[in-house]
This record gives sequence, structure tokens and C-alpha cells, in this order.
Amino acid sequence: MLNWLAHILHWSFLRSGSVQTALLVAGCAAVVCAVIGVFTILRGYAFAGHALGDVSSAGGSASFLLGISPLAGFLGIAGIAAVSLEFLGVRRAREQDVATGIVLGAGIGLSALFLYLDTTTTNTTGTAVTVMFGSMFTFPASLRLPAMMTAAAALIMMAILYRPLLLSMVDPELATTRGISTRWVGLLHLLTLAAAVALAALSVGAVLASALVIGPAGAAVRISRRPGVAILLAMLLGLTAVWGGIWMAYESYYWFAGRAWPVSFFVVTIIFLSYLTSVPLQYVRRRRIVRAMPMAAHAGG
Amino acid sequence: MHEHTNLPTPATSSHHADTSCASVLDVEDLTVSIGGRMLLQGVTFALQPGQLCGLIGENGAGKTTLLRSLIGVQPSPHGQVSISGLSPRKSRDLVGYVPQKINFSPDLPLRVYDLVQLGCDGHRLGPRWFSRRLHQQVMAALDAVGAQDFAYQRIGELSGGQQQRAVIAHALARRPRLLLLDEPLANLDFRSANELAGLLGHLTRVHGIAVLVTAHDMNPLLPVMDHIVYLAKGRAASGSVREVVQSATLSKLYGYPVAVIEHGGRVLVLPHADAKVGEDGCYLMPNGSTSGGQA
Repeated sequence: MLNWLAHILHWSFLRSGSVQTALLVAGCAAVVCAVIGVFTILRGYAFAGHALGDVSSAGGSASFLLGISPLAGFLGIAGIAAVSLEFLGVRRAREQDVATGIVLGAGIGLSALFLYLDTTTTNTTGTAVTVMFGSMFTFPASLRLPAMMTAAAALIMMAILYRPLLLSMVDPELATTRGISTRWVGLLHLLTLAAAVALAALSVGAVLASALVIGPAGAAVRISRRPGVAILLAMLLGLTAVWGGIWMAYESYYWFAGRAWPVSFFVVTIIFLSYLTSVPLQYVRRRRIVRAMPMAAHAGG
Repeated sequence: MHEHTNLPTPATSSHHADTSCASVLDVEDLTVSIGGRMLLQGVTFALQPGQLCGLIGENGAGKTTLLRSLIGVQPSPHGQVSISGLSPRKSRDLVGYVPQKINFSPDLPLRVYDLVQLGCDGHRLGPRWFSRRLHQQVMAALDAVGAQDFAYQRIGELSGGQQQRAVIAHALARRPRLLLLDEPLANLDFRSANELAGLLGHLTRVHGIAVLVTAHDMNPLLPVMDHIVYLAKGRAASGSVREVVQSATLSKLYGYPVAVIEHGGRVLVLPHADAKVGEDGCYLMPNGSTSGGQA
């Protein structure tokens, strides 16, 4: 289909196999991050999401050392970190930052060890740059299926958890009175967050993963009135950022005389700009509400 | 205040509630201790359909703990709680709960309608499909609390009184027989507090829902309340409003001089800082009357 689209639009870059793989894997990451990112922000877990990204770098670097799939590496370590966060008390507001900080420190320590071993055994710093900042155009085609399966599993889990997670986010006590186990719901949310972070870390790098998890969702939450709309908007922003970033990085080869700029830079720049745009849009939306009902704010309290 | 249309009649529980049971709520000899500290001891009272009961007591008396026991969140090793003949865990469909102040962020992308919808099906797994029946259920709950005007607004951008109505609509969404409210009047201005009290009275009178409400400032509730349970030192006693709302009884309960006055046909409860300690250890009010509180 991409070949057909490339033919119609005369876009040469869509004909490249490595670009197609990058578009597919990064697209999966953007969609999953949008769905899970909205809930992550609403639960106040933005820092935990960022920490999972950084911690997953240990998995990414270990995968290069062991010669296994980077996705498996990112996913494994992010999953272990998510479970650790839950058991160290990330749900309790007072202990959230402490638990996140401790897991973050342990993960970065492991990452330092693995990257050191990587660079000393292979005598190259390329691994560190790939793990930390991503390298979408080097994805092998064999990554397509695992990435799609990971994304599908995360989306199915979120579809199952949607309502209990939303109610837990509004008020955990309210959810408990309805027979919802907030502990299990929280743990499953963190595990799906780990899957989103792993896909994002693979795409834009471990350090920048939080930009894809938090950025589009943060902008969407500011603008939307409904959680479903926020998720759709976050998906749109995320896909625009990753696909736009891939296109810009590809084209930048011609813009800068044969020196293409990194995809991650363009992706994160688009996300940053979309978030900045959401600030005045939120202001306009609030002003419209105030103008529409000058007296209603007092009606009924 | 909005004209409220009828909330559909109370639900039939999937657990086959005992509809012949006269009391909606029966609490018998309930004892709760947390961390080795006995908070409630031998608490016994009952609530009839259509009754609005105030639950009062000083800070730390165990009001919230009692409510949490009634909804099955707080384990109670001794005693029995029965809601329409069922245990708290089996009667979740029959109880609506309004917790203490929920902090809704202005950035929360959740409309009042969505919150009430979660009251209907928030515990269910899987995606939600459109259902006309669900929509009608949500609209009925919104209508019952007069929240239709702001049903499609972000809940975090509403006033405290409107948010409280939204949370009550959430609690009413499953058509409960018993509504439990934990400090619903806290942080509300006079107008909102009085309107909310009127709404609770309406729910009991028109819809026959039994309401148990905790409140520090009981004045807005006095015109609509017909029963009071008070907690002191872990034990509970109950009586009609006329029996309990007396200077002596309340001063003894709070351990602080409390005056009960009548003004404009309404009874008001006020703290009485000018009271002095009499020879018998009771508070002596400036008008010469005594209260039961030990100074």
C-alpha cells in the first residue's frame, strides 16, 4: 500500500524498505503511547513514565551485548521496572517520587554498566547513541511483526481496562466501592505503560521516549473535554510527529548538503511545538466557556 | 433549584435483595479497630427508606470509618452490617457513595455526563458501546440532581456546588436504595450548602432513598433531617432531631459549649465561646441556662 501511495504522490522516500519499517514501528509506538499516555498523565504518573524510559535503556544496551532483539530488551527491563514501581509504592502520593527515583537510579546504573561493556567489547560508541536517541532507519524488517504484536497486546489491555482505570483515576476510593481492585488495575496500567515506553524507546531512543509518551497526550488533555477525544487527538499528534519527523529526517539529506539530521530531533521538535500550540488553545477554550455561561457558574452552586 | 423529574425506581439488585426487609440499613454491634486502636465499638442503628439521617461527632470520632465499613471497604471483625438484607459486598448495586471532597483538576478531560456514566458501568471491563438505556439512566440521574444544564462541561471547571451535584448524580446512577455522603457540605458557600441540603431532602421524600450524611455544620441539614446518629468515644447513640439537637446533648457530645437557638422559625446550632464553667462542671450559657458538656 505504501508503494502505491508513493507512486501516486511521487514520494520516493516511501519506496524505501527501511523507511516503511520505520513508519510502521514508529506508528505503532505513537498510537500506543497516545492511549496510555492520556491515562499516565491523568493518574499523575508523568515522572514514572519518564523514568521507565530512562530505565529501559539498560534493556536496550543489554540487548546489543547479548545479541537479542532490542524490543525484547527494552520491554523486559521496562516491565521489571514497572512491577518494581508498583511494589515500592508508586500509588501512594508521598512515596511516588521516592519509588520512581530509586528505580530510576538502579536502572541507569545497569545501563551504565551495559553501555560500558558494549563500548569496550565492540570498540564503538554507536550503541550508546542508538539506545539513547534511537535510529529508526536501521530497523530490520523482522522488527515489524513483534512491534505490531506488542502494540496490539497493549491496546487490547487498555480496551479491557478503560472504564475501571478511568474510575480509579477520578477517585481510587470511589473505584474501590464499586469492587474494583485499584492495585491490580494500577499494576496492569504500569505494565502497558512499560510496553508503550519500550516501543517509544525503540523509535526515538530511551532518553526521548517520555516525549512520545507524555507530549502528544499532554497537549490533547489540555484541549479535549472527553477522554476518548483526548486519546484520538493524542494519536493524531503522535502520528503527525513520528511520520512528519521521519519525512523531515529523510528530506534533510537534501536540505543540508548530504548530512541528514536525526529523526528523533524532528519528532521531539514537532511534539514540543504541538504542546506549545495547545497552551493558547486551552486558554481560548476556557474563555469561550466563561463567555457562554456568565451566570451558570453560580447556578446550583 | 431545578424541577426534578422522577428518578427511575430503585434498582433490583442482581443479588436478589430482600425487598420485604423494613430497614434499608441495619447496623448491629459493629466494632472496628485500626492499628490496634478501637475506633468504633458496638455501634447499632437502623435506617428506614426515605429517611435522612445525620451522622455527627467530633473530628476523629470515626464517622468516615463507619461509612467505609458500610460500603465494605473497611473490614469489621465484629458485628453485622446489612443493606436490604445483604452484606455490604453483595449490595454494591444498592448503595451510592459520595466520598469527601474529590479534587477535580481543571485539565481533567471528563464531563459531568462521563462521570455519571462511570457511575453506571465504571466497574465493567471492556469497551463501552452506545446504549439508549444507559443514556436514559445517565440523564435520569442528572435530572434528579438538576445537573442537566452543565452535563456536557468539564467537571474540573465547575463550581464546588456543581461538582458535588455531579458526584451525587454519579452515586445515584445505579438507582441505589441507600446514599452515603461523607461531608458533602464541606467547602461550600451558604447558598450551595442549603441547595444541596434541599436536594438531599428531595431525594428522600420523592424517591424514597435512605440517606446517611456526615456533616460538621449541621445547620443546612436540620430542616430536612429526621434522624441523627452521633458518635462519641467509639460508641454511637441515635435519636430524632428534636431529641439530639439540644444544647446539653450537643455540648456533651462535642466537649465544647454549643448553643441551640431558634431564629425565623429555624433551629440553629452554634458554638458558644462565651459560656463559662459552672460549679457542677457543666457549661453555663450567658442567658443562665446550662449545657451538659463537661468542661
